[in-house]
Amino acid sequence: MQSSGTTLNRLMAGPQRWLVTMAVALVLGASWIWQSAVPASAVSGGLIPSPRQGFLAPDLVLPDLEGGTIDLSELRGQVVIVNFWASWCPPCRAEMPALERTQEAHAGDGLVVLAVNATNQDSLPAVISFIEEMGLTLPIALDQSGEVGRRYQVRALPTTFFIDRQGVIQEVIVGGPVSESTLLSTVQSLLGEGS
Amino acid sequence: MLPILQLGPLALQVPGLVLLAGLWFGLSLVERAGLRRQLPADALNGLVLAMLVTGLLGARLAYVVRFASVYWQDPLGIIALNFSTLALPEGVLLGLAAGLVYGQRRGLPLWPTLDALAPGLACLGVALGLSHLASGDAFGAPTDLPWALDLWGARRHPSQLYEIVAASGILFASWRMQAGQRPAGTTFLATVALMALARLLLEAIRGDSLIVLGTLRQAQLVSLLALQLALAGLFLRERNAARRLISTDQVGSDPESPT
Repeated sequence: MQSSGTTLNRLMAGPQRWLVTMAVALVLGASWIWQSAVPASAVSGGLIPSPRQGFLAPDLVLPDLEGGTIDLSELRGQVVIVNFWASWCPPCRAEMPALERTQEAHAGDGLVVLAVNATNQDSLPAVISFIEEMGLTLPIALDQSGEVGRRYQVRALPTTFFIDRQGVIQEVIVGGPVSESTLLSTVQSLLGEGS
Repeated sequence: MLPILQLGPLALQVPGLVLLAGLWFGLSLVERAGLRRQLPADALNGLVLAMLVTGLLGARLAYVVRFASVYWQDPLGIIALNFSTLALPEGVLLGLAAGLVYGQRRGLPLWPTLDALAPGLACLGVALGLSHLASGDAFGAPTDLPWALDLWGARRHPSQLYEIVAASGILFASWRMQAGQRPAGTTFLATVALMALARLLLEAIRGDSLIVLGTLRQAQLVSLLALQLALAGLFLRERNAARRLISTDQVGSDPESPT
């Protein structure tokens, strides 16, 4: 007994105690990692709709300017940029041409840029005038009640969501204007992932 | 959660502000810890600044190189900074390299400098936890515990609060260690070991872990490696200090040794 006690005392005295701690930490740490191992599906938010990175993009069904309906779920399989904007918001106005050019550059690769106007904070004549002034061709959805903006927890305009082909949000940029190169590099990453 | 603070037309990013405040407070702790070791405050401030600026620029340039064709068409886009357009691993490596070069040029001794930086690192850990609380990042796994938070469509572990509590404890320990007489480098290595241990333990209740090798959480593997390296460092620092002490005693007890 005395001999084993002496050995323990010797091990725990001086620098050697760190070697003992290393061995204990290695065994316990590896056991803890093994205990807390989970399949990837258990930690992914991909199946829960929520407006943040790593989660499924919430439902979005809105009227467009032509009297039709835009349904985000029908765009599954394509990379989608959802941009919340208003015509009175200077950074929204500044980034809209870059969004239009990004759409033009990658429409054939499976990209859709969806511009969701916060119509509850805007006026339809101002929206139409802005679209004509800019010569925009990308789809414009009208969030007349502001319900979709609330569902996406939009706290500042513009806010831009990048959604992958599986419908999962991969990037959220609050504020703007977002540069064309940021749009293109992010889109290229997402298009490359799914192809 | 308060990711954005709307002040009139201004949308302030609260997580970023919290990190900036943490950096400022951490720098003041580094200065005070440096004074105890007779390290010049301006050199320590310059060191942190060099690491931050080089790290940020490096992360941005690495990202630009990755998407060179895009930025070739739009060179002004390089200065349109966004957190999502930074290559973080490259930035960290370049920041550390810049720190080494700056430290050598200013003649800062490695281990005492790292000891002085330790409370700043721990302080940034607290600020990171607070920024996660503000943004809702680093969220926990779903749970039925009574103190669970409603977050991102589920009742979840308040992992951000656990992170803040653990980081505060580490900051307290790191600051207390500044006072004792220990071999140079041990305060820094002990702080790193505690941070790695906290991450190893808390990652188990995270809901956003990156999974590798089928079922293992990447952050836990990296933390265990960091913990082992820090403990090995503690062993080596103490062993070297003990050897130096023995050799000094021998020289001192040798009647023929020069005085």
